[in-house]
Amino acid sequence: MSVLPFLAAGWIFLVGVYGMVTSRNLVHAVGCLAVAQSSTYVLLLGVGYRRGGTAPVFSDIPVGTPVVDPVVQALVLTDVVVGATVTALLLSLVIQIRKRTGTLDPETLTDLKG
Amino acid sequence: MSRRVRSTVFALAAAVFAVFFAVTCTELPHFGTADHPYGSRSVAAAVRQHTANVVSSVNFDQRALDTLGEESILFGAVLGAVVLLRRARDEDRAEPEPRPVLPSTLLLGAGLLPVTVLVGGYVVAHGQLSPGGGFQGGVILATGLHLAYVAADYRVLRRIRPLAVFAALDAVGAGAFTLLGFAGLLAGGAFLENVLPLGTFNQVSSGGLVPLVNAAVGVEVASGVIMLVAQFLDQAVEIDEPAAGGRRGGGAGSNR
Repeated sequence: MSVLPFLAAGWIFLVGVYGMVTSRNLVHAVGCLAVAQSSTYVLLLGVGYRRGGTAPVFSDIPVGTPVVDPVVQALVLTDVVVGATVTALLLSLVIQIRKRTGTLDPETLTDLKG
Repeated sequence: MSRRVRSTVFALAAAVFAVFFAVTCTELPHFGTADHPYGSRSVAAAVRQHTANVVSSVNFDQRALDTLGEESILFGAVLGAVVLLRRARDEDRAEPEPRPVLPSTLLLGAGLLPVTVLVGGYVVAHGQLSPGGGFQGGVILATGLHLAYVAADYRVLRRIRPLAVFAALDAVGAGAFTLLGFAGLLAGGAFLENVLPLGTFNQVSSGGLVPLVNAAVGVEVASGVIMLVAQFLDQAVEIDEPAAGGRRGGGAGSNR
């Protein structure tokens, strides 16, 4: 079935969102966000796949060999970098929340301050 | 919102998403299709620009402006983490104690550190030829340096990783990308246009501006990741929590 790789991406996304919705720990929630985001890597690489194609690097294969789509691969690289930075920023926020409130459970973070 | 309501809302939204996503997927071009209009054009452009690694050509030449934005995101995130994780007024700094390390760990770490840094440098330098580039090599460089923490201890890491230098390098890398972009304007072209001689295909010096931008990104990513990891290590190793915050490492929500 040729839609299966795309459906797998949607499934990974839903798994990640489900984890965030039911999360009892902010570190776990950040991890789930990373899972949900990784679905975009699967989707993009799935879109760019060419049957029988190899990596789009011509240092050791002759020019003209069929290769997979390099544009989506560059997009995935951007995606990975942004994902890593977002995770780092969110984790620093989690550290601050833990310091200020003493808890990591989003259920108990109900007070608005300021 | 109670857990039950939230789960119901999620289940409804997930069902709607699943149905529409699945329907959309059947309309996409087939998986593994031979028809990639953008891909074919960018491969042709990369060959024209004498850049063997097409992904690097896309990132640092064909859509270098996007990569400038991406790099700025990284720079901003490092800045944000530094601000968020700076030492607060009510926190004390404790000098970390040296811990005994297994001799085998020390030997392996000391042996692997130069090799890893060398591999990182290689991956950055050959970004225009082989898989890899500034982003990937930068991360290898940064993690390689932290072998010193794993194999020895925190004070050794601090000695080989002067944070002020890497903070400056982070800014230099980010600024160099923009300055390289102005080279195109000076030569009478567009911002970030590849105006340098393109060199021989599949040589280290090929690709015109690509190796230079690649190196700038490598410097920025390596020092950015080092700064990020340093902030988190600071929290774990050096900063003493005030007593009111509860013990570190307690389970989730166990303090209320």
